[in-house]
Amino acid sequence: MCVLTFIDIAEDGSVKKSSLEALTYGAQLAKQSGIETQAVAIAPVTEELSALGKYGVTKIYQVNNEALKHFDAQVYTKVMAAVAEQSGATVIVFSNNANGKALAPRLSARLKAGLVAGAVALPNITNGFTVKKSVFSGKAFADVSIHTPVKIISLQPNAFKTEAGEGTAEIVAFSATADVPKITVTHINKQSGEVPLAEAEIVVSGGRGLKGPENWGILEDLAKELHAALACSRPVADAHWRPHNEHVGQTGGAIAPNLYIAVGISGAIQHLAGVNRSKVIVVINKDPEAPFFKAADYGIVGDLFDVVPKLTEALKAG
Amino acid sequence: MKILVCISKTPDTTAKIAFTDNNTKFDSNSVQWIINPNDEYYALVRAIELKEADPSVVIHLVTVGAADADAIIRKALALGGDEAIRVNTESQDSYSIASQIAAVAKENGYDLIFSGKETIDYNGASVGGMVAELLDLPYISLATKFELNGTAATVTREIEGGEEVCEVSLPVVVSCNKGMAEQRIPNMRGIMAARTKPLKVVEPVAADPLTSITAFSLPPVKGGVKLIDPDNVAELVHLLRNEARVI
Repeated sequence: MCVLTFIDIAEDGSVKKSSLEALTYGAQLAKQSGIETQAVAIAPVTEELSALGKYGVTKIYQVNNEALKHFDAQVYTKVMAAVAEQSGATVIVFSNNANGKALAPRLSARLKAGLVAGAVALPNITNGFTVKKSVFSGKAFADVSIHTPVKIISLQPNAFKTEAGEGTAEIVAFSATADVPKITVTHINKQSGEVPLAEAEIVVSGGRGLKGPENWGILEDLAKELHAALACSRPVADAHWRPHNEHVGQTGGAIAPNLYIAVGISGAIQHLAGVNRSKVIVVINKDPEAPFFKAADYGIVGDLFDVVPKLTEALKAG
Repeated sequence: MKILVCISKTPDTTAKIAFTDNNTKFDSNSVQWIINPNDEYYALVRAIELKEADPSVVIHLVTVGAADADAIIRKALALGGDEAIRVNTESQDSYSIASQIAAVAKENGYDLIFSGKETIDYNGASVGGMVAELLDLPYISLATKFELNGTAATVTREIEGGEEVCEVSLPVVVSCNKGMAEQRIPNMRGIMAARTKPLKVVEPVAADPLTSITAFSLPPVKGGVKLIDPDNVAELVHLLRNEARVI
């Protein structure tokens, strides 16, 4: 019996931050049940895996196979199933990030192991096995009970803080006979130096109040000062002022940063649904009646073209 | 070329979320039901565009639900698609829904299966991946672009902080994200045509759910906004640093 956590590795070979959260979650879950935490790394990794022991994992299965260089959910699922069997995993943990969303459901169907996708807390094991997750796009939570002997949890990014202590993990080579992937990755477009939105601790977001894409410079300056990711509301993405991947809200992405700064966004219920798990919300809007103020922790009623540059300056001033 | 589009019924995006039966059931009183926006705007409309480019394409819609899902599936047919299939069972967890859709897909055989990236009610983002596994097909999640080249496709999918472009041979299951297509409004001709399009009701296969919801809860209410003078933004920086401790 053990908890098995999937280590998601970025294209540059580094371990994704969301995976560190999943490892911390896996370790605390294992402690709660009095069992061991193990993990598995499938893609090539440039980091020293044994150092991940500081997140509480004791053993890491490392799969070295050139065919598994790029993520293919179908092939990775078979490898995960093989590792799960060998390790005797009773709980398998993923991050509910892009790859986790492809892999966890497949593994669930393959193993007939119940899945809770988007968990926000450790399971309640006092009576059965129940996991809290966000539902109705952030408007509510549901406690989901898993009925099967093997359980799969994918952890919502930014819902669980990473905790590092001391420790070194034992690395075990795992030889997997992998099928030839049916998906060929031809290229990856990634803007280096940018904070990925889903993983960002601070997000600066703009709405129609910005009046046009040419005015985004003031938000970019603010985001740079805060090491924040940029986001936008639906009308902004629909008007192609900003790329679709920056759209947060009910039909865009759901995020849960520590700090969300909404600039020129009125705060329609569909937008709030995607951001209301943010720990602290700051709203800057010239309309004191904007519904977003009701969901905010701090607000400034004022002209954003005046307030935002001043805010950037105030941050620079220390 | 046959395409299957998975359609789910969800509460309207502005619906008030409340619960009954000691917080164990969603309160559907006075809730307006819509086609899950991710299924409609991205999956269905992209499939319709593919049919517009090649009229020999056949589009089937599938939904898992009781007779009260018929209005939604007719609405979807008004946008496009040739026929619809409703698996006549209450929708339960992602696995039981995926099992029903996989059974329909096995029966009819499709080159392409589209789902929305997730439903806006239970946010599982799981049905597409489970269908793919049950059919042993490749799966691309969170697709933002889909181009067909004969029996293969070029698909762009979202990854953290960027996108990945991949090639895949059909058949394939794809979950569709913003960027794939744009929302359309059904026209009168489409609405009239939808009335006579076939809506086949099929009985479910045996598939027990693996999970169930035991209770719902609402997020804590915010304590109220603290307003800061626009001429004193330094105060906001101070509060974020020392009170909220988030920067």
